[in-house]
Amino acid sequence: MGFVNFLHKPKNELEKGGRKYPEVQFDEGESTRECPGCKKSVPLSHIWGSKNCCPKCGHHFRMNSRQRLNMTVDKGSFEEMFSDLQAEDFMEFPGYEAKLKTTGDSCREKEAVICGTAEIKGNKCCVFVMEPYFMMGSMGTVVGEKITRIFEYASEKRLPVVGFTVSGGARMQEGILSLMQMAKTSGAVKRHSDKGLLYIAVLTDPTTGGVTASFAMEADIIMAEPGATIGFAGARVIEQTTRKKLPNGFQKSEFLLEHGFIDRIVPRSEQRETLGKLLGYHSSAGDENE
Amino acid sequence: MSKSAYEKVKTARSNSRPTGKNYVDSIFTDFIEMHGDRSFGDDPAIVGGIASLKGMPVTVIACEKGRDAKERIFRNFGAPNPEGYRKALRLMKQAEKFKRPVICFVDTSGAFCGVGAEERGQGQAIAANLMEMMTLKTPVISIVIGEGGSGGALALAVADRVWMLENSVYSVISPEGCASILWKDAGAAKNAAESLKLTADDALGFNVAERVIEEKNIGKKEFYRDLREDLYQEIERLSLLSEEELLDNRYNRFRRLGERQGE
Repeated sequence: MGFVNFLHKPKNELEKGGRKYPEVQFDEGESTRECPGCKKSVPLSHIWGSKNCCPKCGHHFRMNSRQRLNMTVDKGSFEEMFSDLQAEDFMEFPGYEAKLKTTGDSCREKEAVICGTAEIKGNKCCVFVMEPYFMMGSMGTVVGEKITRIFEYASEKRLPVVGFTVSGGARMQEGILSLMQMAKTSGAVKRHSDKGLLYIAVLTDPTTGGVTASFAMEADIIMAEPGATIGFAGARVIEQTTRKKLPNGFQKSEFLLEHGFIDRIVPRSEQRETLGKLLGYHSSAGDENE
Repeated sequence: MSKSAYEKVKTARSNSRPTGKNYVDSIFTDFIEMHGDRSFGDDPAIVGGIASLKGMPVTVIACEKGRDAKERIFRNFGAPNPEGYRKALRLMKQAEKFKRPVICFVDTSGAFCGVGAEERGQGQAIAANLMEMMTLKTPVISIVIGEGGSGGALALAVADRVWMLENSVYSVISPEGCASILWKDAGAAKNAAESLKLTADDALGFNVAERVIEEKNIGKKEFYRDLREDLYQEIERLSLLSEEELLDNRYNRFRRLGERQGE
């Protein structure tokens, strides 16, 4: 017990103030992973037991959409919607069909976002969670369609939307129609917003390109995970274009907070609490008699 | 013989093509330019103001790449910063208030990629335009006159009608960018241009654009005269719609793109 507590002592500034980790056993000979944050080798069970964060420095590892969903919503409350929609190679773009197959097989998802209804701390809401392991969460026509539909459904049922973004941007293999999804989703977000309904976005690593320049930045409340890369243009492209060295921490959550583009940085350990409270504050939002 | 996709990309980027300001000066009369986003600064890559279209007051917004080397640098080669998009949105809101139609001329390789642009929220600025333009209570027509570069172009093209010049292009990414990401070879841009389906005819086929404008007389008096007539008539048609019909049509125009059936 003492040993475990020692391991779990928070070292990250953001983690101060009562973050609790579940007790995990460290079996001898267990696989470890080097944390990109503190460069220490951490047993996998300790990472898994800490919501995919490093128990030593609080580094947030990337996680898949189902794991994230389970960690966020009330047990057994999620009902998935639009799960049959599947990407098609309608432009016969070189290599796209094969890419869809390999990426789909490896992450066992049909597209880069899952949508549905759920409860968070007893608050009913619509949720969408993007999937980093499906073509880096890129937005093609199906992702755009699913996001649009979940906002339309939420508008109709007068529900708030909680969305987790992770995306490399628009999916170039679907050409101009991918780009148009930015406008389509923005329209659906606007209609939802005009009904007086709440939309909370949680930006996770990485959220870039066309997703940043559309529904990720259109929420009433924008939270981000610590250390996530969030931006419009890729850092490498900016470096090549401007031939200047990028400032430290460029495009990280902390950088966006400093420049006034996000409301809060919220570590995973506190997300459920925070979301629950915020949803509670807005429980009468969009009531018809208002 | 019709041009290949990459030839069209090159034509769209050509320095000899009329730029945004040429259209503004030739189609309208009494243009009065308005500057600044009321928050950070004025972006020379976007020119906006009020003008007369055959006696009808309209708000005009144009990307401007610049005509000579000196002006191109001043205009940042037509790549807008966030304050450019915010200026555009400010002028659109003003148009909505005074019930003026909005006409945008799009010609940009894309929103500027720079440290300052990121610090001032390039993504947020574009997102705000997409969201607000969708419910702008006045007719909006956007014409892609050269390059329609990704989100930076779309932020001026959430419109009731999108027209494209015959040799203009509209794409999610530049062919060079696409080639370097997918095939690690910027030289494969020619193939990427084909695969991306970025020509005006492609856009028409996908219902991303309503009309392709012939370039036979580009830059000549009759070219601008025809465009002036067409814009005037289209605005008259759009003005017949109720506010609700106008906004529903605009929403559905984008809603249908990439729409799927089934659960």
